[in-house]
Amino acid sequence: MRMSDKDVTILAIESSCDETAAAVIRNGRECLSSVISTQIALHTEFGGVVPEIASRKHIEKITPVVDEAIRMSGVDLKDMDAIAVTYGPGLVGSLLVGVAFAKSMAFALDKPLIGVHHIEGHIAANFLTHPELEPPFACLVVSGGHTHLVVVKDYGEYEILGRTRDDAAGEAFDKVARAIGLGYPGGPKIDKLCKTQGNPHAIAFPQAKVNGSEYDFSFSGIKSAVLNYINQAQMKGEEIDRADLAASFQHAVVSALVNRAVGASKEYGFKTLAMAGGVASNSYLRKMMDEECEKAGIKLYYPEPILCTDNAAMIGAAAYYEYIKGVRHGYDLNASPNLKLGER
Amino acid sequence: MVFETFSPDETYELARRIGEKAAAGQVYLLNGDLGVGKTLFSQGFAAGLGVSEYVNSPTFTIMQIYDDGRLPMYHFDVYRIGDVSEMDEIGYEEYFYGEGVCLIEWAELVEEILPDDAVSILIEKDIARGVDYRKISIEGLEL
Repeated sequence: MRMSDKDVTILAIESSCDETAAAVIRNGRECLSSVISTQIALHTEFGGVVPEIASRKHIEKITPVVDEAIRMSGVDLKDMDAIAVTYGPGLVGSLLVGVAFAKSMAFALDKPLIGVHHIEGHIAANFLTHPELEPPFACLVVSGGHTHLVVVKDYGEYEILGRTRDDAAGEAFDKVARAIGLGYPGGPKIDKLCKTQGNPHAIAFPQAKVNGSEYDFSFSGIKSAVLNYINQAQMKGEEIDRADLAASFQHAVVSALVNRAVGASKEYGFKTLAMAGGVASNSYLRKMMDEECEKAGIKLYYPEPILCTDNAAMIGAAAYYEYIKGVRHGYDLNASPNLKLGER
Repeated sequence: MVFETFSPDETYELARRIGEKAAAGQVYLLNGDLGVGKTLFSQGFAAGLGVSEYVNSPTFTIMQIYDDGRLPMYHFDVYRIGDVSEMDEIGYEEYFYGEGVCLIEWAELVEEILPDDAVSILIEKDIARGVDYRKISIEGLEL
């Protein structure tokens, strides 16, 4: 592949949770290759992510996944400008596999090493799908482990407006799906069921308000209300309509996300709102957010579904903006399971 | 000891009192069904320790450290642990036998590795007594 001298090509690695992934990204916007190896089938029988399985499989997968990403990109390893890797937050054993691999490559090839925050990666996934998108904008990050409402002030500069006080949105989906016997991963299972069945207004679940912060979320209250509903129905010997229950739960969670994201965009005067993370591919969320943004005159962006769930392309996109700012990590870069957004 | 609470605020307050008395090296085991209020209890406990950061469910990262309180708080949620050997990878011994206080949600899932002198807390619902009623049974601690 021909490249100009000004092009920046980054090999990126992601292994913070379920997925072992590698990608080659040019100039933060162009995806030359993206390879994702998932372990969801393995985790299904356990009803969740099992860390030990996760890290063992990362070790087995990482070499072929990285090799494949390089081969598909058509870029020679010696022409990479930097090696980027997710170093937090996530499961420590899983993160360590990617971090150790990236450090070894950077050292052996004498290339710069760039550690990337996983959530910053999710936000940057939008840059790959939407070349015209530039900061500042508001972003709702929703996944199995995270629920953040963030202002992206500039590349790599963030201000957190709101976050979950208890469960992440995706976690609430997983736990409710498990309680009604839909299995793992809960989000896609509930989404699929509710596309064709279930009345979202059948049961009114509360949208918990959080004292002190208008834009914080609480999903544990909705989860408890669902479980109470199931318990009470069982005590009375009543049959539960699973589809109605799932649709009403989804409506409560999605309404909370939409109200706060659109509310904050209006309050702070943002005409651009983005979504990121696995839950951003939920079709009910996309539909309701599309409608509310249109009413409010806000332009809505979200990545294509393959870039919503964990992947390395988004890490390469975020790393590019770190690279051009001159951010470099040393070989002492460590996995940081509780890394905070915006922390360096 | 068995406590009965009738609102989330009362549960939080009980947990805060326990957190206030927590001592370095103690391990608290927190059990109870999904949605019973383990995270709420953890938040009250953390407040009692003087933690000012947000305490949320650490299901995703398995363990979260809060070190801005009176003692470091090691907050585990082992809901996603499939086999107890997976705890080795997290380096659990460093925390169970460390300088801070451990609070372990879903502790029953890793029973084999729990210290004998841990404080056990079980939260149970009884829908017949109202949706906010909780029976909280505590063993290994005097309040």
